[in-house]
Amino acid sequence: MSKSSSGGILIILGTFIVALMLSQIPLPTFLEWWRPEFVALFVIYWILALPQRFGVGSAWILGFMLDSLKGSPLGINAIALTIIAFITLLLHKRMRMYPLWQQAFVVFILIVINQLIFYWFQAFTGTTAGNFNFLLPAVVSAVLWPWVFVVLRSIRRTFKIS
Amino acid sequence: MKPIFRGGLPRFSFILLIIITLGIVIADLQGNAMRPIRSAMLVVLTPVQWLVDIPSNFADDISAVLVERTELVKDNNQLRSSSIILERKVQQMMVLRAENIRLRELLNASASVDDKVLLAELIGINPDPFQHQVILDKGSEDGVYIGQPVLDAGGIMGQVVEVSLYTNRTMLVTDSRHALPIEVVRNGMRAIALGKGNHAELDITHIPDNADIRVGDLLISSALGGRFPYGYPLARVAFVERDPSRKFMIVKAKPLARLNNSRYVLMVEKKPSVVDANPGDETELLDSKELTNE
Repeated sequence: MSKSSSGGILIILGTFIVALMLSQIPLPTFLEWWRPEFVALFVIYWILALPQRFGVGSAWILGFMLDSLKGSPLGINAIALTIIAFITLLLHKRMRMYPLWQQAFVVFILIVINQLIFYWFQAFTGTTAGNFNFLLPAVVSAVLWPWVFVVLRSIRRTFKIS
Repeated sequence: MKPIFRGGLPRFSFILLIIITLGIVIADLQGNAMRPIRSAMLVVLTPVQWLVDIPSNFADDISAVLVERTELVKDNNQLRSSSIILERKVQQMMVLRAENIRLRELLNASASVDDKVLLAELIGINPDPFQHQVILDKGSEDGVYIGQPVLDAGGIMGQVVEVSLYTNRTMLVTDSRHALPIEVVRNGMRAIALGKGNHAELDITHIPDNADIRVGDLLISSALGGRFPYGYPLARVAFVERDPSRKFMIVKAKPLARLNNSRYVLMVEKKPSVVDANPGDETELLDSKELTNE
């Protein structure tokens, strides 16, 4: 049991490195606003799947990694991810019961919160948009959620992470 | 079976983390205290930045292998002719430079030195559409410093805003937080070029209504900001409108550097004019040494 759980940590870390990479991959200009928030999606999944092992602290550390990769003021993503991790922990018993499309709706709201916090803080540094484009990633993330869920679940089952 | 819901909600650690993070955000926005931490974290994450670059690098390699012979010959001819043209210009340049140095000596002006350059490769771009930043593969190991100007073959691209050991982050001139003192080549008029978050446009602000500026004018760096060396081309004026109801003209310029698709860039090494080291620290250090000796 202990062996599989220590191996599991490496797999979870691997999925997060993939998420960080996906959040960095260059997109063509017309898709720039449509980038899904992969790190947030993966955080939500792992909290739903393993709430006893994965929680607010891990989300916090990931937020810092995302901050230093994105070059945003240090801590913005950390705050946003910590908050959505906390809300997910709050809701996870309920969310596990939902069908995938309904989960996707909750994910949409979570990512909206994430984006709002991120851009609210970024407004302090003087870069804001006059429109609601920054909510587009929430839409894309919600649409992607079923696929993310299925892929990560199959990874979790293949490696028997629990 | 493990107890799945042990402990309940981590309310306390959640609130503690949020407070700590707020402190960090404020510290990062206020001053440079977080800079070493940032660059240390980026060193850890450098492999991620490299990994992201692998597919496009790979695609470049493939297309280099699969290119057609006729195309190569065409390319080769083009490069040869452009090299001849450039060589002719260099010959002229040498004469002009010698003449320039003589004239400067006559005027007792300080001699202009050649800037040292460092070739860097672009390995990533900032995914955040609000920030026009690129990631280059040279860091403090290679002598890169914050504020270092970055150019490509066309002109000024931007300046370094964050350095880690092996990579750096360069803010492009079109970032909405970037401003650059410029000069109109034709008549030496000075102005400031502001980025506005659009890759193809710069705003030239505070140009009085009667100023002499036209579409097609070349704008170069004026070196008044102390960051960029004098005389590198930045942009060409693309749009001028005199609106009598406004105090200033509306002038827009198009950057000459290919901000969207340059892969190889030059980093100009210009010794910072402001001394960074705080002399006060040194004397303090000496004082404490003397004290210990006593």
